[in-house]
Amino acid sequence: MRAFDKVTAARSADRLTASDFIQALFGDSFFELHGDRCYADDKAVKAGIATIGNMPVTVIGLDKGKNTKERLEKNFGSAHPEGYRKALRLMKQAEKFRRPVLCFVDTSGAFCGIGAEERGQGQAIAENLMEMMTLKTPVLSIVIGEGGSGGALALAVANEVWMLENAVYSVISAEGCASILWKDPAKTADAAQCLRLTANDLFTMDVIERIIREPKSVESPLFDSLRNLIANTFEKYLAMSDEELLNNRYERFRKYGRTTKVFTFDEDESETEQK
Amino acid sequence: MFNGDFFTFLKPKNELEKIPADKSTEDSKPYIPDALWVNCPKCKRMILATDLDDNSRVCTQCNHHFRITARQRLEMICDKDSFVEADGDMVSKNIIGFPDYNRKLAAAKNRSGENESVITGVCTINGYKTVIFVMDPSFMMGSMGTVTGEKITRAFEYATENKMPVVAFTLSGGARMQEGILSLMQMAKTSGAVKRHSDAGLLYITVLTDPTTGGVTASFAMEGDIILSEPGALIGFAGPRVIEQTIRQKLPKDFQTAEFLRDKGFVDAVVDRRKMKDTLAKLLSLHNIEKAAVDEQPAEKEIESDESI
Ligand SMILES: [Zn+2]
Repeated sequence: MRAFDKVTAARSADRLTASDFIQALFGDSFFELHGDRCYADDKAVKAGIATIGNMPVTVIGLDKGKNTKERLEKNFGSAHPEGYRKALRLMKQAEKFRRPVLCFVDTSGAFCGIGAEERGQGQAIAENLMEMMTLKTPVLSIVIGEGGSGGALALAVANEVWMLENAVYSVISAEGCASILWKDPAKTADAAQCLRLTANDLFTMDVIERIIREPKSVESPLFDSLRNLIANTFEKYLAMSDEELLNNRYERFRKYGRTTKVFTFDEDESETEQK
Repeated sequence: MFNGDFFTFLKPKNELEKIPADKSTEDSKPYIPDALWVNCPKCKRMILATDLDDNSRVCTQCNHHFRITARQRLEMICDKDSFVEADGDMVSKNIIGFPDYNRKLAAAKNRSGENESVITGVCTINGYKTVIFVMDPSFMMGSMGTVTGEKITRAFEYATENKMPVVAFTLSGGARMQEGILSLMQMAKTSGAVKRHSDAGLLYITVLTDPTTGGVTASFAMEGDIILSEPGALIGFAGPRVIEQTIRQKLPKDFQTAEFLRDKGFVDAVVDRRKMKDTLAKLLSLHNIEKAAVDEQPAEKEIESDESI
């Protein structure tokens, strides 16, 4: 698929949402928790505690919703500052009990609006970036659909970041890039290609650790292997000392830009294999 | 190194600038035009350019704070001859092969006389030793690429290692889209360096200047122990036009100004540019910061350059 086809696939209305992933991976073990303890409960962020086998995990997802009513309630997965503060509150809670944190990222971006600015959208994201870097518990983030800029990164300062094969993750939307740089919405597909936002390209740049084969339904047997992979990954990081764990996360991000290496990309457009 | 020679920064200084810039485009013009009179964008009155310079480039009629280059800022804030630049030779490359980016970089260098959108280094402010970094409006409007993030991160790591405070003047349209996701990653990287500096018990003061938006607002700009701003500066996550398009309504008049952010609880104080140096010195003096002996100036330390960039 070409980059813009991936963008379209990542936004598709019949794509599995964070709620679907939570249901498929954790079933009835998931107990939802609400609110940021300051202002409100942002339904764009679905969060709670679940178990994998005997291991309790904190699960936080940017959730777009399944139908019109849900999508409106959840603001199409675009969180307000209270959504990011809710996520941080529950991450801090997870740290207290050294419970691993699993984040699902699926958002076109943090919400742009009067209330969001008044309540400090930038400050809320900034605080998450800073605090997640030193969270003394393993963090794993999976981009399951759209990874839209800072609003996605605010749930992705993790020890590992994985992506579904048709997910995208970008500094700006293809539309935004086309309109700012070329003042031409017709160049959206070109912008998508230039931004290098596909799972394959991000893997090439070492921005993600794994590309995950895409489950098409909640019943998919792929969820069993994904659940195992998540559990094994958390086991690995739980075995680390706090210092090792935090150095691992710091170095993961510290390496971007340490050298100005020019990347070459694989232009093969065939379907990706699970890496 | 900055020697206090006020206009040297307008001259080309490295060979990359020999790439001819397209004269028809806005980004090839010098940032500070060589004119006798300047039109104030706020009160619309004409001001004599020399009067404006004598007044820290604040309008003598209405107190509008004109945008200034990073070098002008350093001249106003650092004690004379105290600034020692770090990593001034780091340059961006077209790391993801983005169309037209090489030409844009060459034009930005030509226009600003700088190698990147941020200048980092050490200086003294009324004698107090500090790490300082200043973002530049004449280099792609302070856009944050990987080298911007790298220089800022190295500044924080240097400050942490040497137990020094950091003073930052932020100015940015946000992350640089021509470097794709690697620009976005700079938000996490710089935030990690700020956190380590903070956990070491060290002081970080940010001064938000016009405009501070996007990925810079959503990372190190908003992470200061003390957050100051210049009067009237535009500060926000999303730009006002994007918000208007999203919500399809006009924004209130003072929305996203420094004063608005102060009243909403996100900025500690709005400080006039002409009082900024003394304000920073006062805040540094309250935090047990080492004061250079008078004969010790300029600062003797230089941040070592890394050959990997
Ligand atoms: Zn004026």
